[in-house]
Amino acid sequence: MLEFSQQLINGLSLGAIYALIALGYTMVYGIILLINFAHGDIMMVGAFVGFYSITLLGSNIVAAMIFAMIACAILGVVIEKIAYRPLRNSTRIAALITAIGMSLFLEYATIFLLGPQQKVFPQSAFPLQQYEIMGLLITNKDIFIIVSAVVLMIILQFIIKQTKTGKAMRAVSVDREAAVLMGISVDKTISITFAIGSALAAAAGVMIGVYYNTVNPLMGIIPGLKAFVAAVLGGIGLIPGAMVGGFVLGILETFVSGYGSSLYRDAVAFGVLILILLIKPTGLLGKNTGEKV
Amino acid sequence: MLEVKEIDVYYGAIHALKGLSLKVEQGSIVTLIGANGAGKTTTLKTISGILRPQNGTVTYKGTDITKVLPEKIVGLGISQVPEGRRVFSTMSVLENLEMGAYLRKDKKEVRRDIQSVFGRFPRLGERRKQISGTLSGGEQQMLAIGRALMARPELLLMDEPSMGLAPLLVKEIFEIIKDINSQGTTILLVEQNANMALSIADRAYVLETGEIVLQGPSEQLMKSAEVKKAYLGG
Repeated sequence: MLEFSQQLINGLSLGAIYALIALGYTMVYGIILLINFAHGDIMMVGAFVGFYSITLLGSNIVAAMIFAMIACAILGVVIEKIAYRPLRNSTRIAALITAIGMSLFLEYATIFLLGPQQKVFPQSAFPLQQYEIMGLLITNKDIFIIVSAVVLMIILQFIIKQTKTGKAMRAVSVDREAAVLMGISVDKTISITFAIGSALAAAAGVMIGVYYNTVNPLMGIIPGLKAFVAAVLGGIGLIPGAMVGGFVLGILETFVSGYGSSLYRDAVAFGVLILILLIKPTGLLGKNTGEKV
Repeated sequence: MLEVKEIDVYYGAIHALKGLSLKVEQGSIVTLIGANGAGKTTTLKTISGILRPQNGTVTYKGTDITKVLPEKIVGLGISQVPEGRRVFSTMSVLENLEMGAYLRKDKKEVRRDIQSVFGRFPRLGERRKQISGTLSGGEQQMLAIGRALMARPELLLMDEPSMGLAPLLVKEIFEIIKDINSQGTTILLVEQNANMALSIADRAYVLETGEIVLQGPSEQLMKSAEVKKAYLGG
């Protein structure tokens, strides 16, 4: 039981990170039906901004996260504007290929500018502390990751459910033309969606930096892919789905590593994905509706 | 109030509207009738700015709005009840109405207008928290009308509000249209149900394959042999 609870805590941290990245995937997909393959790389940029805020500016971890979120919100808006918006009325495959191109551009531009080596956080940036609560080992990293992820998700839920901007985002994702007839600016709403999604990815990037103590230019690829899986698992386009999918994937991976072998971690995770999609093709929370016409 | 002058609208190579002109006087109900594919919806979409005419102009209260962005046109006082209702199906009744008032800043007045929509459509008031995709067709149509009214339009464009509704509901919807008009909103109504539309309209246009083929006061068109034969079933 102790072992189980311990794994659960580890799984929650990892799941929180996946969930935050998955939210951006799903929000962007919900509004423009694009799988933004550059999303994991935006997360990587966020991790670097966080790294440099700590090492160069000496800011604390919370400030670093906020800087990273602001920087990536701007980056996301710019990417949408220059790379995706001109293709909005072309085929979906054209936009998808552009997203892959943007992903490679971000990765190799970072390598070009900062070098391919990984960079290690100084120990002083986030001194590791362990607490023992009823036999469970909890680190301050776990607490930081889980608490900040939950806070961000609550804020996101509030924005989506309660604010005019959030309601406009939902309206545009349901029916773009009807939204325009209400006076909603679709361009502005899509920009806001990219800003919010990218800011969440940046927060996740800083968390990964904290978790593994390092950042590198290709660090966005695997978590980005996993978060994409999480978004599909939960039901792509659905915000609660991304959260559920993220946590399910994170916990699953941790249990496989903990009880089986970490070598099988990804195989099992993707195997479960295939199983779930076989039984429920729209994802865990997805409703069985046909493609919108 | 609204003047559409010789507009040409294309969908790719298809010439959907061919030099179409029409006028809507302030305070009146004008109807545009015609068969499926005649260009009725295209006309409304062009007025709303969703489609751009190749040639011709749309003038509203003396200003040329041909090139105004669709999201700005609502702010000028033109709302649309789109064909097929197009309510935001995953959002609640209340949220749909709030979206109708998206551009308005007067929160108190918006709340009062929501109450008056619920006064007009009590069923919506009972279901204010319900997800609108689960409403019946008639309720969704009422919501679409209520949503358009939330912008406090001076000109209301209605695209086939009777489509797919039971006869009793159709009658109710037309009563509502008359009532909205009597409270000062000008209405441009697109309909396939020519009988009902002509019975409440002041003026009518008959559209065939992108061209106006007949126009005049409704009573006159109702008596016209051509209209009777083609649209009124005898």
